[in-house]
Amino acid sequence: MNISHEWLKTLVPHTRSADEVRDLLTAHVATVEGFEHTRSELASFVVARVMESEKIPDTKLSFNKVDDGSGTLLEVVCGAPNVTVGTMYPFARTGTTMPAGLVIEKRKIRGFTSNGMLCSARELGLGQDHDGILPIETAAAPGTPLLDVLPISDVRIVVDVLPNRPDLLSHRGVAREVSALTGVAMVEPADWTAAVAIPAPVVGESSATAGGVAVRVDDREGCPRYGAAIIRGVKVGPSPEWLVKRLEAIGSRSINNVVDATNYLLHGFGHPMHAFDLSKLEGSTIVVRRATAGETLTTLDGTERKLTPSMLVIADAAHATAVAGVMGGLESEVTDATTDILLEVASFHAGLVRSGRRVLGLSTDASYRFERGVDDAALPELLARGAAYIAEIAGGTVETTLLVGAAPTPRARVSFAPSRVARLLGDAVPADEVVALLTSIGFDVQGSGDALSVAAPSWRHDVSRDVDLVEEVARLRGYDRLPDRLTGARPGNVPDHPLHTMGRRVRDALVADGLLEVRPLPFTTQRAESQARVLNPLAQDEAYLRLDLLDTLSRRAEYNLNRMQGNVRLFEVGTAFLAGSGAESVGGEEIRVAALLMGASRPPHFTEPKPPAFDAWDAKALATRVAHAAWPGATVEFAEAVRDGADHCLWTVAVDGSVRGHVSALTSLDAPNWASPAFGVELTLGAMPVAYVAPTGEHRYLAAAASGPAVTPVRYVPLPAMPAAEFDLALLVPTHISAAAVEALIRNTAGELLESVVVFDEYRGKGLPDGTRSVGWRLTFRHPERTLRDKEIEGRRAMLLKTLEKELGVVPRSA
Amino acid sequence: MTLDEFKAACAALAADAPAQIAAVADLDAWTALRNALVGRASGRLTDIMATLPQLPKEDRREAGQAANAVKLEVEALLTARESGLSAATKSGGDLDLTMPARRRWVGAAHPVSQVIDEITEIFRELGFTIALGPEAEHTWYNFQALNFPDDHPAMDLHDTLYLQGDLVLRTHTSPVQVRTLQQYAPPIRILAPGNVHRRDPFDASHAPTFAQVEGLVVDEGITFADLKATLTHFANRFFGSTRTRFRPSYFPFTEPSAEMDVLCGVCKGSGCSVCKNSGWVEILGSGMVHPAVIESAGLDSTKYTGWAFGLGPARTALARHGIPDIRILYDSDVRFLEQFAR
Repeated sequence: MNISHEWLKTLVPHTRSADEVRDLLTAHVATVEGFEHTRSELASFVVARVMESEKIPDTKLSFNKVDDGSGTLLEVVCGAPNVTVGTMYPFARTGTTMPAGLVIEKRKIRGFTSNGMLCSARELGLGQDHDGILPIETAAAPGTPLLDVLPISDVRIVVDVLPNRPDLLSHRGVAREVSALTGVAMVEPADWTAAVAIPAPVVGESSATAGGVAVRVDDREGCPRYGAAIIRGVKVGPSPEWLVKRLEAIGSRSINNVVDATNYLLHGFGHPMHAFDLSKLEGSTIVVRRATAGETLTTLDGTERKLTPSMLVIADAAHATAVAGVMGGLESEVTDATTDILLEVASFHAGLVRSGRRVLGLSTDASYRFERGVDDAALPELLARGAAYIAEIAGGTVETTLLVGAAPTPRARVSFAPSRVARLLGDAVPADEVVALLTSIGFDVQGSGDALSVAAPSWRHDVSRDVDLVEEVARLRGYDRLPDRLTGARPGNVPDHPLHTMGRRVRDALVADGLLEVRPLPFTTQRAESQARVLNPLAQDEAYLRLDLLDTLSRRAEYNLNRMQGNVRLFEVGTAFLAGSGAESVGGEEIRVAALLMGASRPPHFTEPKPPAFDAWDAKALATRVAHAAWPGATVEFAEAVRDGADHCLWTVAVDGSVRGHVSALTSLDAPNWASPAFGVELTLGAMPVAYVAPTGEHRYLAAAASGPAVTPVRYVPLPAMPAAEFDLALLVPTHISAAAVEALIRNTAGELLESVVVFDEYRGKGLPDGTRSVGWRLTFRHPERTLRDKEIEGRRAMLLKTLEKELGVVPRSA
Repeated sequence: MTLDEFKAACAALAADAPAQIAAVADLDAWTALRNALVGRASGRLTDIMATLPQLPKEDRREAGQAANAVKLEVEALLTARESGLSAATKSGGDLDLTMPARRRWVGAAHPVSQVIDEITEIFRELGFTIALGPEAEHTWYNFQALNFPDDHPAMDLHDTLYLQGDLVLRTHTSPVQVRTLQQYAPPIRILAPGNVHRRDPFDASHAPTFAQVEGLVVDEGITFADLKATLTHFANRFFGSTRTRFRPSYFPFTEPSAEMDVLCGVCKGSGCSVCKNSGWVEILGSGMVHPAVIESAGLDSTKYTGWAFGLGPARTALARHGIPDIRILYDSDVRFLEQFAR
């Protein structure tokens, strides 16, 4: 809401500066988000007095000596015919930038030096008058800033009005607050004289007729009250200067005196008004009704709009002529030819205006206010005020006024115990101060002591409970004057969410491992039939919620590849949206971790100019590390995956026996041919239930008391006191037999003294029988109490080789 | 040749060797010296040993022992000198020590995560724990339970992305307030970080998905004084010693509602372009939990009071790192992310 400080002062004649008003509003009412001196381009101009003047022969120029308050008289050449000695004029010193952009410099004209410029109204952007420089009558000393002398400056205060306070959408509404905060009483604006006689309204429950005009309200819920004033003999033309100035100050353009008057009332008093050309209303009739199916209307902006029965319209005897509370029709618009006017001041159902403007895709100053709520109780006053303003500004007589409908029911009273203030704010506010504060902004307070009964004024729609009154007390007192005390608190009952704790551990592990965390958008294109879809997406190619995180990471990797970044190692801990049972519905959420590896596994170094690229084994290692970070102490197992899908799934990953995710070769990546292969890991940390915790309005406390997640402590294993014995087995393994199968057989056969079995080598190629490869295992044995003898080790080796050959056909490489 | 002469030759070798060995400057000289002293072909000791057959049989054993002792002594000195020389070669020699170290890829948490972590640490000290909730949320949790009036302009503050059925993508983290109040009895002191979604076009200052950090305290006797003091403490810890300002605001789920500003970090309150000349920068929205919210979780609002706040860590991340466009946070360019390694 744009507030003109000068306009505000016509309603509450305070003497505070605009800066102080800004600070008061921000501290107590609503945040001032903009603050702008109008005419700020004239801030560096001063007034100066011409002390001497002589004509320069054979020119229109004069050579003058000017007092600009600097102490020395300045020599100034001027081309205007009206330079008069002893008179003050606007003066631009050298270095001043003119509104048109020219910078005034010292220069020589016809041999005379000119140190500045005396200005005309047009040069200052103050009008079209270019007959000469602008004489100023003032008692101010030369050198005084021009804006301090001429009444042309104003301050535009932009107030961020939130949806609960539509009463602040007018100068009167803001003035009420300033009045309460400064103690300066509100007054009638002196802009007009209120000399116009307004006949008392002809009233009716659902219709009224007077002065040859009939008003009928068919939808009384949609329009609880409709006021109309008939003004005849109006002369449409330009607005008076004061009105143009008021509208200009809030950034509004003058159109004509009638439209300007309604805009002045809208911004001044907060109630939207509309002026119809009465001669264009068929049957001189107003009907407030729902639009009929198929009805159309060309609105003021020249657009033909299709109306629906969900919209409330103002119609004449034949057709719709305005969308109620949103915009008038072009047909009945006030033009220069208009002489008779029907001024509408009505109240419309907020929801109907809201749905109407939504369907039309049209938000106007009027709909904005009706949606939030106007002051219905003030309607008769504003009808009279609106009619009087138009008649005074545009001439004519207010022939009659009509008022259909009923006055709004008074606001329900709220019981209020001032002791609630201390309970919520921390310190007591004396009861008489509570009463004084509420009364200062129009609340009706009755009762005494701790049992007050409070009614909000008709312009406030946001007060229904006692806490609302506490807020009024708090803000009027000032939040900065309220206490500020750090007190001891009881420990909370809520344990850390285990998924947060897991996610943190996983993230720390991956960062330590050299990966980069991303926080991308979770939207994607359709990947599956039953994938969750956003019903109103911003972009059609981002209309679906992702089913997995590697989808997102793949797109991010492609983004990097497009920028020639081939060494990509990204991870995310985020949400996957599972497909639902029905089409396009959410089947649940999971918190997952995913990582993508591509390119060099470490930065190049002069000792290793081409470091190895990330491969499947790096991805497998990463999966192990992530799983151990998420589930400390758990058993992590990899199973060869069934190979399907666009990407090449290598392993599924099971943690303590249940499958948690997979490791994949990301073969579907849209990668240039110079890119290295990409590998992905994705593990599900846990489900995030979407279901209701408890029925609405109820709770269901968990039986278990607050406790952290169960962590099995690591058990200490005594360090070995005896030396180990090792030997290697280099085996020829047929390709169809897995290393895991060989290793399992070794573990089962070697006996309990086997400490570890590790693959240390694999060789494929020349010198081996077809269909075999050579795999080397190192076996470590240890007896807890004594050194193993060579004979014992040899025995185990022989026994192992025998079993391996018998069970799997695996023989030593050398044999 | 007598035994005494033999022993004298050995002693002379033993006496000369230490100085000769110490004088060796590099491995080539060392090799030459070793050959000269104990080399099999023409070393001094070999020459001495060659005279052994000239000795009487009964003296040979003693002579051999003497020669062997000298050999061990000299070889030990040579070995020590060799390792000294090769260490010197490794640590200096012809290596250029200005060459760069071997590197590993550096990892980094996302700058927004780093801000969330810092916030979390500060509130942890004050006894807050972490709660989470789903991003696909029931409209009741997202709106009605939080006292949003149906079909009211207040809803316009949250441009919502709708899903099938009764679900929306949550527009704020505040639904976690109600879920937590339904699941745990007071006292409640939680922080709820998470992603939220709005139907905002993706531009330099808006993203359809962004992080929020919600805070909630509910217990008996909680007041606005606690809110001001706790959030001011947080601001001082997070921004370094600063000042806070609270001003009236509106959220359907708090009453009274307050925005908290801190002194502008650039101009320290005197006014500049960053703070639009106000001297203050908006940090978070807060307020006393509306009794309707407490009641929506089946709690007695005459017994329990509370306060809540919500802030957007992305804005802080952009400001502190001087990032001009929010989309950079989402692009995931490795060259950008690497800058935040710590």
